Amino acid sequence: MTEARTTDSGGVGARVARVEDRRFLTGRGRYTDDINRPGQLYACILRSPHAHARIKGIDKSAAEAAPGVVAVFTGADMAADGIGSLPCGWLIHFKDGSPMKEPPHPPLAVDKVRHVGDQVAVVVAETYRQAKDAAELLDVDYEELPAVVATAAAAGAAVAVHDEAPDNICYDWEWGDRAKTEEAFAKAAHVTRLDLVNNRMIPNAMEPRAAIGEYDPGADEYTLTTTSQNPQLIRLLLCGFTMGLPEHKVRVVAPDVGGGFGSKIYHYAEEVIVVYAAKKLARPVKWTAERSESFQADAHGRDHVTHVELAMDEQAHFLGLRVSTTANLGAYLSTFSTCIPTILYATLLSGQYKTPAIHAEVKAVFTNTAPVDAYRGAGRPEACYLIERVVDVAAREMNIDRAEIRRRNFITPDMMPYATPVGLEYDSGDFPRNLDDALKLIDYEGFEARRQEAAKRGKLRGIGFASYIEACGIAPSNVAGALGARAGLYDSAEVRFHPTGSVSVMVGVHSHGQGHETTFAQIVSERLGVPMDKVEIVHGDSNRTPFGMGTYGSRSLAVGGMAIVKAMDKVIAKSKKIAAHLLEASVEDIEYTDGTFTVAGTDKTIGIAEIAGAAYVPHNYPLDELEPGLDEQAFYDPKNFTFPNGTQICEVEIDTDTGVTKIVRFVAVDDFGRVINPMIVEGQVHGGLVQGIGQALLENCVYDPQSGQLLTGSFMDYTMPRADDVPFFEVKTNEVLCKTNELGVKGCGEAGTIGGAACVMNAVCDALGVPHIDMPATPERVWRAIQSNQTPAAAE
Amino acid sequence: MSETLSLTVNGKPVTVPVEPNTLLVEVLRQQLRLTGTHVGCDTSQCGACVVHLDGRSVKSCTMLAVQAQGRSVTTIEGLARPDGELHPMQAAFREHHGLQCGFCTPGMVMSAVDLFRVNPDADEDEIRAWLDGNICRCTGYHNIVKAVRTGLEAMKAGGARHAAE
Amino acid sequence: MYSFDYHTAASVADAVKARAGDNEATFLAGGMTLVPTLKQRLAMPSTLVDLSGIADLAGIRREGDAIVVGAMTTHADVAASAEVMGAIPALAALANGIGDAQVRNRGTIGGSIANADPAADYPAAVLGLGATVVTDRREIDAESFFTGLFETALEEGELITAVRFPIPKRAGYVKFPSPASRYAVVGVMVAETAKGVRVAVTGAGPAAFRVEAMEDALARDFRPQAVEGIAVAADRLNDDMHASAEYRAHLVGVMARRAVQAALG
Repeated sequence: MTEARTTDSGGVGARVARVEDRRFLTGRGRYTDDINRPGQLYACILRSPHAHARIKGIDKSAAEAAPGVVAVFTGADMAADGIGSLPCGWLIHFKDGSPMKEPPHPPLAVDKVRHVGDQVAVVVAETYRQAKDAAELLDVDYEELPAVVATAAAAGAAVAVHDEAPDNICYDWEWGDRAKTEEAFAKAAHVTRLDLVNNRMIPNAMEPRAAIGEYDPGADEYTLTTTSQNPQLIRLLLCGFTMGLPEHKVRVVAPDVGGGFGSKIYHYAEEVIVVYAAKKLARPVKWTAERSESFQADAHGRDHVTHVELAMDEQAHFLGLRVSTTANLGAYLSTFSTCIPTILYATLLSGQYKTPAIHAEVKAVFTNTAPVDAYRGAGRPEACYLIERVVDVAAREMNIDRAEIRRRNFITPDMMPYATPVGLEYDSGDFPRNLDDALKLIDYEGFEARRQEAAKRGKLRGIGFASYIEACGIAPSNVAGALGARAGLYDSAEVRFHPTGSVSVMVGVHSHGQGHETTFAQIVSERLGVPMDKVEIVHGDSNRTPFGMGTYGSRSLAVGGMAIVKAMDKVIAKSKKIAAHLLEASVEDIEYTDGTFTVAGTDKTIGIAEIAGAAYVPHNYPLDELEPGLDEQAFYDPKNFTFPNGTQICEVEIDTDTGVTKIVRFVAVDDFGRVINPMIVEGQVHGGLVQGIGQALLENCVYDPQSGQLLTGSFMDYTMPRADDVPFFEVKTNEVLCKTNELGVKGCGEAGTIGGAACVMNAVCDALGVPHIDMPATPERVWRAIQSNQTPAAAE
Repeated sequence: MSETLSLTVNGKPVTVPVEPNTLLVEVLRQQLRLTGTHVGCDTSQCGACVVHLDGRSVKSCTMLAVQAQGRSVTTIEGLARPDGELHPMQAAFREHHGLQCGFCTPGMVMSAVDLFRVNPDADEDEIRAWLDGNICRCTGYHNIVKAVRTGLEAMKAGGARHAAE
Repeated sequence: MYSFDYHTAASVADAVKARAGDNEATFLAGGMTLVPTLKQRLAMPSTLVDLSGIADLAGIRREGDAIVVGAMTTHADVAASAEVMGAIPALAALANGIGDAQVRNRGTIGGSIANADPAADYPAAVLGLGATVVTDRREIDAESFFTGLFETALEEGELITAVRFPIPKRAGYVKFPSPASRYAVVGVMVAETAKGVRVAVTGAGPAAFRVEAMEDALARDFRPQAVEGIAVAADRLNDDMHASAEYRAHLVGVMARRAVQAALG
C-alpha cells in the first residue's frame, strides 16, 4: 500500500499531521490523573463485593480512626445532605404509553447494592494508599440477596432489582407498523428466522476514569476536572440534578482524555462524590480508577438477546422485518442508556434496504450487573449485526449470492431522499457503488480459488459482507425531543479573532483521540485564510467554551463543525462591513475569498488580519454602525441526522485443528460525505474495525449467572485486541456529500464498529458452512461448530 | 522502613526517599512529576507504563522502585533531543498517525524503540508480536505497525546516536 | 500493596539466611508474578529478599552435555542466548514466547518455576527435557519438582540457583496461548533425549505432566502422525471459561503433533 505523505498544514482534504501529537509523543499530555492540586486529598471508593445485597449497617469507626483518614462518607451521609440521584436523559414509553420505570440511582448506595462494584462508601485520606488501607477497615453488614443476572431470564424473575419495577422490566416498547408488517409476512414466499445474542462489551478506554473535585469557600465556587467526553453536559447534570448547584458557580474541565468510546459520556457517581467531598472538607479531592474498577463500574455496552424474522418474495425481495429484542440495562439507568436499544437501534432496522414494513419490540430489563449504555456505535452496531446476519442466512436459504441479495434490495441513489418505515429520512448515499468497489478491492471473483487454495493447506476460508448505515450527527433537537430526549442536541462554537490576526475557536464538543485540534483548524484555516499555526482550537473547559453537548455519536464535525462554520460566517459578514468602510466601498461590492476582501472589479483588497486589527483598534471604524471587536458565537441545531454508510468485506481462515480464526483480508469502502483529513478518517476506520473485530472474535463480558460475580474483571480474562490479532486494512472512501449540512460531512467515528462485527461473523459462518454461531467466535466455540458440523445429526 | 533510592533518570542523577512498597511508576509520576508514563491497568498488561531500564523496556508498574537502585531509567520525556527534535520513532508515529488519544503512546513508543535493540529488521508479524505487551484501543494498530517499521528504518539510518539511547 | 521490609541479598548464603526463621519472608526474583500479586493485596510478606544483586545466579553456560541456566537469567536472555539456540533451540523458542517483551526482560527462570503456575511455559521445558533443578542445598529432578497447583518440592526458604537442561537430540515446544493473558492454555514440549522420548504438557492440568502413551508412540516412530489418536483423559484437566477440559484435551493432541513437527524442523 502506498499513500501520500502527511503535511504540516493544509485545508479541507489534506493529510495534515496532527497538531496534538507533539505533546502526546513527548509525554507532555495532561490527563486528569496527571493533575495535582495543592492540599489535595485522595478518595478510595469501597465497592460492593456482592451482586445484590441489603446494607444493614456500615461501621465507619475503624476506618475513620486509620492513619491519614480525613473523612468517610456513606450513601446516608450524602442523602442527608440532599445529594440527588444520577439522572437518565431519555424518557422511553411502554407500548401503552405509560412512562418507563425510573428507579433512583444514588451516587453511593443507600439501602441496597445492586451490582458487583456498586459504590458503597468513600474514604478520603492524605494519600491514596491510606485511603485504600482504611477502606479495608470499613465494616459493612450485608444481607446477601439472590441476583438477577442473565438478560434473557430477567423479565419476570422471582427477584426484583428495584421495587419500582417488580418484573424487572424498565419498558416494553415498540416501533414501526405492526399491522403492515404482519401483512407482509402473510404474503411471504419465504421467511428466514434467526436467534442471536449481541454479546456484552466492556469499553476499556486506555485511560481509566478519574475526577478531581475542588471548592473555593471564599468565592463559593466549584471545579470538577473529569475524564469526560462532554464537560458541559456534566456541569448541567451536576448542577441541575445531583448537586443542585447554580451553574455560574461551577466549572467543569475535561483536559486531555485518553479515549472514551461512549464510556466517558455519562455522569458518574464518582464525579458527584469528589465534588461533594471537596465541599465538605474544603480541600481538593482526587479519585482515579484502578482498571479493576473500570471493569466493574464503567458503563458496559451491547448485551441484547434477539429473535429476528425476514419475510421475502420468491425472488428474495425483502417484504418485512420483525424483531424482538431483550436489552439488558444493568442495575441502574445510566445517562443515555434507555435510548440506545430503542431510538438508536430500531430506527436503523431498515439498513441499506428498501424493506417496506418493519416492526420491532424491545423489552429493556434491569439486572444485577453494571449499567449498560452507549459503547462505540451504540444501538447501530446491534441493528447492523442482526440485519446483515439475517440477510446472509436468507441468501443461504434462498441459494442466492450474498452480494446479489444485497444489490437486489438496496435503496438506490435515485430513491434519495428516502423515508424508511422506521422513521428516518436518508438524504444521500450510493450503496450499490460502495458494494461494487469493495467487491473489486477484495477480488470477489477470485474468492473461490482462494478458498480452494486454503483448503489445500487445511484451512477453512470464508468471506463476509456488511453493508451498514448509521444515523449520526446527533441530533435535530425537535426530533430528539419528540422521541424522549430531555436535552437539546445542538452544538456551539465561538470564533475569536485576536487583534494581531491569530484565531481562537472555542467549541462545545470535546476531543479525546479524534484530532479536532487538527481537523477543525483545517476548516478554519481554509475558510478564514489564516495559517494553521495561528489557529487554536479550545475545548473541554466550561469556563472557556460556549455551552455544547459534547462528543459522541460521530457528531463533532457534522454538528460542532457546522457551529464553527456558522460562527465564521458571522465573522466574515461583520468583516465585510469593516472592509467596506476601510476600502470606502459599499458592502454589496465586497467580495470575500480565502481571507481577503476585494472591492469587486478593482484591485483594492484588504486581509482579514488587518480587519481584525481595525476591529480591536477602532480608530478608523464605523463605530456608529458596528461594535468593535471580532468575536462571534454560533449555535447549530442540525436539520437531520447524517447517514454514513458503506460496505466492508473480510476474509478469514479457520484452523480446523484448533478453531482459531485469522482475518486475512479486510476491505472497507465508506461514504462519510466530505473528508476533511483523510489520514484521521482512515485512523478512525481502523480503530472502529478493530473494536468490531474484538466483539466478533475476542471480547466478551461474562458474569457468573448465579452469583453475579464478574468473571472477566481484568485484562487477564477479558480479551482486548492486540496488534497480532488483526490485519492491515484496505480503506477507501466514496464521497457522496451530505445534503443537510453545508460542510457535506456525515461523520466517521463509529463506522468501523457498526459493520465490523457483522462482517467478521458473516465470514466465519461462511467458512464453517453453518447458518449462525454467536459472538465471540472463540477458538473453542468455532472448534465445537466444526465438530458438530461433522456429525450428520447436526446437519441443518 | 524508608529507603533512599538513587538512580539516573533521563540522564540526570536523582535521589528520592521511597518505601519498599513504592512502585517505580509511582516515583516517576508522583515524586519526579514525569507524568508521560501512564498507568492503564493493574495486572501488568496494558503497557502504558513502559520505560527503559538500562536500555531495556520494562513495565514500571510491575517493578518496585527499590529494584531500580543504581540503575538508569529512560522515560518518554527523555527520548527527544534536548533541542526538541523528536526521536525518529516519535517522528514516525506522528508521520503515520500512530496515535489518537495519546494515552498508550508513551509506552508504545518506548517498546518500539526497544525493538531496535533486539530486531532492527523486524517485519510486520514480528512487530505485531513484539507489541503484545502494549494495548491500544484507538488505532486498530494499523498505523502503529507502519510507524514502527518506519521508525526502525530511521533509527538504522540515524546510526549510533539513537541505537545508544 | 501492604508494607514490607526489603533486603538486597549479596550472595546465595545471605539470601537464604535472610529468610531463615521467617516464614513470611519471600524471595523476589524478576517479580513478574510477585509484584502484581502484591499490588492486588493477595499476599502480605514480611520481607522481600531481592536476588537481583547476586551476580552468580544469572548466566548461561554449557557443562558437558547440558545447558545450565542460572536462576536469575531472564527469559529474554535465554531466548537470545547463542548457547541455548545452538544446543536446545526449542528452549530458546519457549523463552521467546513467554508473556510479552517486558515480561521477558524482567522475568526469570528461577522465579517462574518456583511459582509453578499451571499455565506457565517453563514447567513444560523442565519436565519435557528432563532437567534438574539445582538449589542452595540439593538437586531435584524434574519428575519430583512440580507437586501440584502452584506447589513444588522446594522447602521453606530453599532457593533455586540454576536449572540444568540435558541437551536432547531434538525437541520442539508449541503452545496455544490464552488470547487474553497469553499464558498457555496448553503447551507441549516434545523431546527426544538420550534417555528416551519425553512429552510434557503445561496449561492443561493443575501442574505440568507427562503423556506416556505419546512418549511410547514417538519412541517407535518420531513423526507427528505417531501421536494421532492418542487421547488425554479430560477428567483431570482444567476447565474454565477460557477452555473446557474437553477442548484442552483435544489441544494437547494438536500441540503435541505440532511440537513433534517443530522438533523435526
